[in-house]
Amino acid sequence: MKQLIVSPAPHFHSGDSVRKNMLLVIIALLPAYAVSVWQFGWGAFITTAISVAACVLFEWLIAKYILKQKSTIGDLSAVLTGLLLAFNLPSNLPWWIVIIGALVAIGVAKMSFGGLGQNIFNPALVGRVFLLISFPAQMTTWPVPQGFATSYVDAATGATPLAAMKVALTGSDSMMSAVPEMWDILIGKMGGSLGEVSALLLLAGGIFLIATRVITWHIPVSIMATVALFAAVTGWAGMLPESVCTGEYVMLSLCTGGMMLGAWFMATDYVTSPMSNWGKIIFGVGIGVIVMVIRTWGAYPEGMSFAILIMNACAPLLNLIRPKRFGEKKKA
Amino acid sequence: MKATFRIGGVHPHDNKQYSVHQPITECPLPAKAIIPLVQHIGAPAQAVVEKGQKVKVGELIAKAGGFVSANIHAPFSGTITKIDTTIDAWGMKMPAIFMDVEGDEWLETIDRSKDIVRKLDYDPKAIIDKVQEAGIVGLGGACFPTHVKLLPPPGKTAEVLIVNGVECEPYLTCDHQLMLEHGEEIIIGIQLLMRALNIEKAIIGIEANKPDAIKHMTALASKVLGIEVKALKLKYPQGGEKQLIDACIRRQVPSGALPIEVGAVVDNVATIYAVYEAVQKNKPLISRVMTVTGKSLAKPGNYDVRFGTPLTEVVALAGGVPEDTGKVIGGGPMMGRAMSNIDMPSNKRVSGLLFLPEAESLRQEITNCVRCGKCIGACPMGLEPWLLSKQAWHSMWDEMEDHNIMDCIECGCCQFTCPSHLPLLDYVRMGKAKVGGIIRARQAANK
Repeated sequence: MKQLIVSPAPHFHSGDSVRKNMLLVIIALLPAYAVSVWQFGWGAFITTAISVAACVLFEWLIAKYILKQKSTIGDLSAVLTGLLLAFNLPSNLPWWIVIIGALVAIGVAKMSFGGLGQNIFNPALVGRVFLLISFPAQMTTWPVPQGFATSYVDAATGATPLAAMKVALTGSDSMMSAVPEMWDILIGKMGGSLGEVSALLLLAGGIFLIATRVITWHIPVSIMATVALFAAVTGWAGMLPESVCTGEYVMLSLCTGGMMLGAWFMATDYVTSPMSNWGKIIFGVGIGVIVMVIRTWGAYPEGMSFAILIMNACAPLLNLIRPKRFGEKKKA
Repeated sequence: MKATFRIGGVHPHDNKQYSVHQPITECPLPAKAIIPLVQHIGAPAQAVVEKGQKVKVGELIAKAGGFVSANIHAPFSGTITKIDTTIDAWGMKMPAIFMDVEGDEWLETIDRSKDIVRKLDYDPKAIIDKVQEAGIVGLGGACFPTHVKLLPPPGKTAEVLIVNGVECEPYLTCDHQLMLEHGEEIIIGIQLLMRALNIEKAIIGIEANKPDAIKHMTALASKVLGIEVKALKLKYPQGGEKQLIDACIRRQVPSGALPIEVGAVVDNVATIYAVYEAVQKNKPLISRVMTVTGKSLAKPGNYDVRFGTPLTEVVALAGGVPEDTGKVIGGGPMMGRAMSNIDMPSNKRVSGLLFLPEAESLRQEITNCVRCGKCIGACPMGLEPWLLSKQAWHSMWDEMEDHNIMDCIECGCCQFTCPSHLPLLDYVRMGKAKVGGIIRARQAANK
């Protein structure tokens, strides 16, 4: 008889793989991406294509010529980083800025730590924040959504709902009229980064990820619960202008800016988030608090990227939290 | 909502379709047999026969080597040819009795009729003595001598007998079939054990993928006071002793403790059937039902195999080794062991033979850990497999002990679920062996 294969148990595998998880996240992002293309036209398409291509190219080049190791582009994580980076950029960003962002995301934030699984900070967010600090003018010029009528280079621009709200919060109540209607916000008819506009479809994508067991509920739910609570307290404390009721402010806080994209797709990045359930919950609460502090008192209208990056730095510490062991008694 | 254990667990495809509902078939007698003297946890049994001696089926051929050990009886009639070492089904060298099989002559004291003996007229001591005499060990896989469990240490009392009809390992169907064919005998066996333990309550845990067994056992149990059937939600490793106790009575056995700590005694249905046979029919444990299965096998099924039968004969009965076989597993795919060859004799431990095609036999290429935390979510003991495997890699034994490595039940959930295909359990198992040795050495030094 021929030789038998021998190995220790288990001899069975779930069939899960890194590539499969990445692919499912990409699929979950596609509906929201379709809305982006519908709202922002060719700009959304061009920016995303450049970002994804640049991320994959940089990862391949760095693996081959600098690290001299086997290419890992097959696991699709570079594709996902490129997609998420693009989702965090204005749709009319000049192409060369997009490429710089991709280089920082892949080259600095990911590959310099040793590639997938080794990085401390979310690569796409590092790329975005680098661009935000280096090119503040281009990174905060938001095209007004006009579908394919929105041109890539010379788009008409306007304020994002969060920027309008920020001004309203600090005294000039009249700016609230610049905040779009709730329905427009849900379907994505508002200014903002190209991928963050459709709150509804991002939420649907997040629920899809929970259903397919790619992520668990802990991080997104704790972020959103914290944000909602914080917004409600702001309302009760009488910090809102008269024309905004507390409920409306809670909804606006949850559905505008990078909230949905950040909570469901960026904060849940495996590599840079804690691993145990309690760690994830604390991580989410931390993000929720920081983002609302920045939105309320900070210099920027939006703080999702900063909040996630700050909590990324805390993830190794949060990993010290031990899950509840079987049969463990509560300490008296 | 059906009950289940509260921490971790995974949902492997159960793959029971190949051999489910196949009637239990007796395996024909071989011409020669090798009976290993280590078929249980504890000290090896000591041979009490000599070369050239003639034995009948059921005769004691090796006596338990201590309290935690088990008797071994002749599964066949014939002549002892030698007492020597052999290599058992796991590739371990061990003492064994070799014999030539001649006819099928049984001891007269054994009741071989098919009639069910329902009369219960033994006192607890007599039942435990019979169980010990018959060499009964836990047939769920651990092979812990059953009589030891029936004698709780001083200061501890049993409250409930938990009967393991879960069979959570994918592919295996022998316990399921045993419940369908010998349900009534199992109920009588449960009554015997309840009497031996002096308790009034027993719970039979069966997973929801065996609705006919749940129905059958519920109907039988309804006629007896104190026995309840609990349908459990499908989740691996529900058949693990601690997990099953948690699922059935919502009590968690503390780290390092035995089930008796929370008042539970757990026995597998196959073990209980053996108890019935030993007490009511005077028949020692000389055979067990094995599931022989696999996608490409011609006749997968459930076979009653006497210990010492070469596994090749069992395989021949199931249609021979399939052409595409890459791996043969003794037991189920989650916790069973891969065999290096199948010429070895069957024993009390081998609950099944699984033939995996070559394509499913090799592990996938490993990639970097992406810190997804799925292993933590899957671990039924609440451990951190990713961390333990890294600690083992770096020989951080003290840290491993501190992170409760010794709680690991080696169920394989972590490795099953890892998207990076990391050999988590390999490292954890290695670390566990090392840390276990350190702990034992420390205890010995402190004495």
